[in-house]
Amino acid sequence: MRESGRMVIREPLVNENMPLSWRKETKPHRFCPGCGHGIALKALGEVVDELGILDQVLYGCDIGCSLLSWDFFNFDSIQTHHGRTIPVIVGAKRARPETVGIAYMGDGGGYAIGAQHLVNAAQRGEQITAILANNTLYAMTGGQMAPTTLPGQKTGTSPYGREVTKTGLPLQGPELVAAIAPEGSYVARATVGEYQQLKKYLKKALDNQIAGRGFSFVEVLSTCPTNWRTNAKQTWAFLQGEMARHFKVGEFRAAETIPAGEER
Amino acid sequence: MGRKIANIQLSEEYEGVLRKEQRSFMTGNEVVAWAALAAKADFMYGYPITPQNEIMHYWARLAPHFGRGFLQTEDEMSAGFAMLGGALVGKKTFSATAGPGNVLMQEPISMAEMMRIPGVWIIQQRGGPSTATVIYSQQELRLTTTGGNGEGLRIVYSTASHQELFEYTIKAFNTAWQYRFPTFVLGDGYQAKMREAVTLFRPEARGWRLIPAEPILRPPGVPARDRDPVHLRNTFNIEEELYDRLVDQLAAYDRMTAEVIEWEAEVSPETELLLVAHGIVARAAKQAQENLNRQGKKVGYFRPITVRPFPGSALRQAVAANPNLRLLVVESAHGQLLALVKAELYGFTNPLDSLLRPGVGITAEEIEEAVTQHGQKEAVS
Amino acid sequence: MPENKRWKIIIAGEGGQGVQSIGELLAEAAFRSGKQALYIPNFGVEQRGGVSVAYVQIADGAIGAPKFQKADLLAVLSKRAAERTKGYLRPGSIYLYDQSALQALAIDDRSIGIQGYETVAPEGFAQMVGAETESPLEPPAKDQVRALGIPAAQVAKGELTTRVFNIIVLGAIVRLIQDLSLPQVEAAIEQKFREKFRSNPELRALNLQALTKGLAMVPVPTA
Repeated sequence: MRESGRMVIREPLVNENMPLSWRKETKPHRFCPGCGHGIALKALGEVVDELGILDQVLYGCDIGCSLLSWDFFNFDSIQTHHGRTIPVIVGAKRARPETVGIAYMGDGGGYAIGAQHLVNAAQRGEQITAILANNTLYAMTGGQMAPTTLPGQKTGTSPYGREVTKTGLPLQGPELVAAIAPEGSYVARATVGEYQQLKKYLKKALDNQIAGRGFSFVEVLSTCPTNWRTNAKQTWAFLQGEMARHFKVGEFRAAETIPAGEER
Repeated sequence: MGRKIANIQLSEEYEGVLRKEQRSFMTGNEVVAWAALAAKADFMYGYPITPQNEIMHYWARLAPHFGRGFLQTEDEMSAGFAMLGGALVGKKTFSATAGPGNVLMQEPISMAEMMRIPGVWIIQQRGGPSTATVIYSQQELRLTTTGGNGEGLRIVYSTASHQELFEYTIKAFNTAWQYRFPTFVLGDGYQAKMREAVTLFRPEARGWRLIPAEPILRPPGVPARDRDPVHLRNTFNIEEELYDRLVDQLAAYDRMTAEVIEWEAEVSPETELLLVAHGIVARAAKQAQENLNRQGKKVGYFRPITVRPFPGSALRQAVAANPNLRLLVVESAHGQLLALVKAELYGFTNPLDSLLRPGVGITAEEIEEAVTQHGQKEAVS
Repeated sequence: MPENKRWKIIIAGEGGQGVQSIGELLAEAAFRSGKQALYIPNFGVEQRGGVSVAYVQIADGAIGAPKFQKADLLAVLSKRAAERTKGYLRPGSIYLYDQSALQALAIDDRSIGIQGYETVAPEGFAQMVGAETESPLEPPAKDQVRALGIPAAQVAKGELTTRVFNIIVLGAIVRLIQDLSLPQVEAAIEQKFREKFRSNPELRALNLQALTKGLAMVPVPTA
């Protein structure tokens, strides 16, 4: 049985300088100064506002710093286990298809411990939107090497720099997903350094799900000055310089030909 | 004209299925699929592992005709977490697994425990540890009752016949959705694969009320306008925050215990030896008890049906019937039931013996032999 | 006739001889005849290698454990199976064996141990080879066992088709058990092989003939 379709909130909530879907009571948020999560989540909040889907969203967050977003929004949310956000959201979406399911995770959760869930959800074309913040390391646990750590990058478990001969090159997530996801999938890589583009990609990713076209995946290049041990200038330089060189920003799969909302 | 699916005559529209009680002859796995249907389960998420596979096969065949769902996931963790997602938005979800799959399933089950998310798991025990055999054991008792990094806040029904598989699977859905603790039907490879008679019925026709599933996430109303948003987490910042939560959980579990525990006991002040067994082995124990009683031996019988929570007071009461009572614990595992029994009987001094056969079936004859030898040993000492 | 009208039956043979089908049909027919029945496919050390074992219990009252140690009726269809299951004999057991001097095709030893259980019953991928063998099955040297040899494989090969070999054996067992309803045995066969009969209607007649021949191979018990 279907519940309400896309709805528009007629009496706007008062949320000064914040997306309406942000929960005022839990602000200021708990992320470190300079962390990219806040920017990604602001873009997500604004997109949910613009799409008018607050009452349809089910938001899941992983373990890792992403869990700090568990009470971030005005929509219903569930904080899951490390790597398991995709299956939780898949289960809910399958059980109640009118849900707009969003799985939010970090690069460790999505590309290491939960990689099988990302791969198989993409391969099955699950009608959910997965958003993955890539900051090149495990942040919450104190900065260990991740699949996305750059060659030579120093972390707690690669103290002399990542050696590609021993631990490989940074995983190319969207490229991987784009290679296996079926027709109708949306796959992109955004960056917190390009806010309008980030919003555009997130909106298209959610629209793709709402239109019932298929799996949507957006990797967001993000920042972690705490574990990078960088100041503001160095943080920005790392994001826009070294990270951008290893991770190509752009859309890898997009169903441009079918306007959203016309396939239902 | 009707259509035949899985030994059950169905009408063209599948209406009238189980409208009347139906005596059938089938495997235990098939029974479970019918029970889930009768219990109005909405969705099964599963991953192949022997000996439970046919539960998925039958469910996958039946589900589309009754508007129910099935998803084969990439592993048991995914199946378990997807169950939680489905249950959170208000659907009755279940899965079935065994052995190494049961090990992986413990991760989502621990989240269900912490967050009080209902769900039903059917465990068809196979040999262990590791891959071991695809056949049979009772070696998943400890894992199923107390697996995971927590306190084992679950309900586990250990069945012994196809009729029980049917009825306790239905009951498990009610227990899970009433008390919001993960609930298990602990079967085994024998029960999965053997064929025997079972009476299938609609629970409502026998006056059983089915507990409806309510959405925990995405309940009616617009969040932040009509209601507060529902924010759920299983991570806590400080020790006391967790402790307070656990005190509440444990109190709820204790309140529930008296309402859910079930057992079978045959004991009198004359009973000299009490056979203790669960699941399919309890059938052998019952058979042995009857045979031995016919020979004039004073043998009693105790079978926990809920192996968690364990019917400890009932066991203590049975043992207290005769201060000279001896116990013989019988199981297809190396002391998993025995450990539970010993814990419950702390302070008692009754002699306790065991027949432990990890990973293999136990016949009535073997139990009778053990009882006879036991007597001889006693005479010698 | 065992006391309390309780039958513990083992059928053992090579995977592919249709052993599990016999067990399943026997239990189904007993259920349809108003009896308590329990069937469980091969397990235990006897099944090591290519031997397939079916356990069936039929009773008027409740049935206990699915496993048992001594059989009232042991039906063996190959040498290996006979060797593996002889421990189930007790004084007074009926020992039904195929006395045809024909060789049964054995399936690879290791493939069936797990496969046999995973797929429930690996029926139909081996058939009787039909080559003459020097040493046909013989009854065990236990004089208290009631041995009964039947030429099931020979009759199947010569008069019907090797595919219905197991139904001949089923017929013999049904006659030994006595109080199963013959129409219910036929109904069980019809239910199990419905799809096969639909695509090959000749098979129905062959199966029913096999059943009749099997029934006739056993003298009507006088006790």
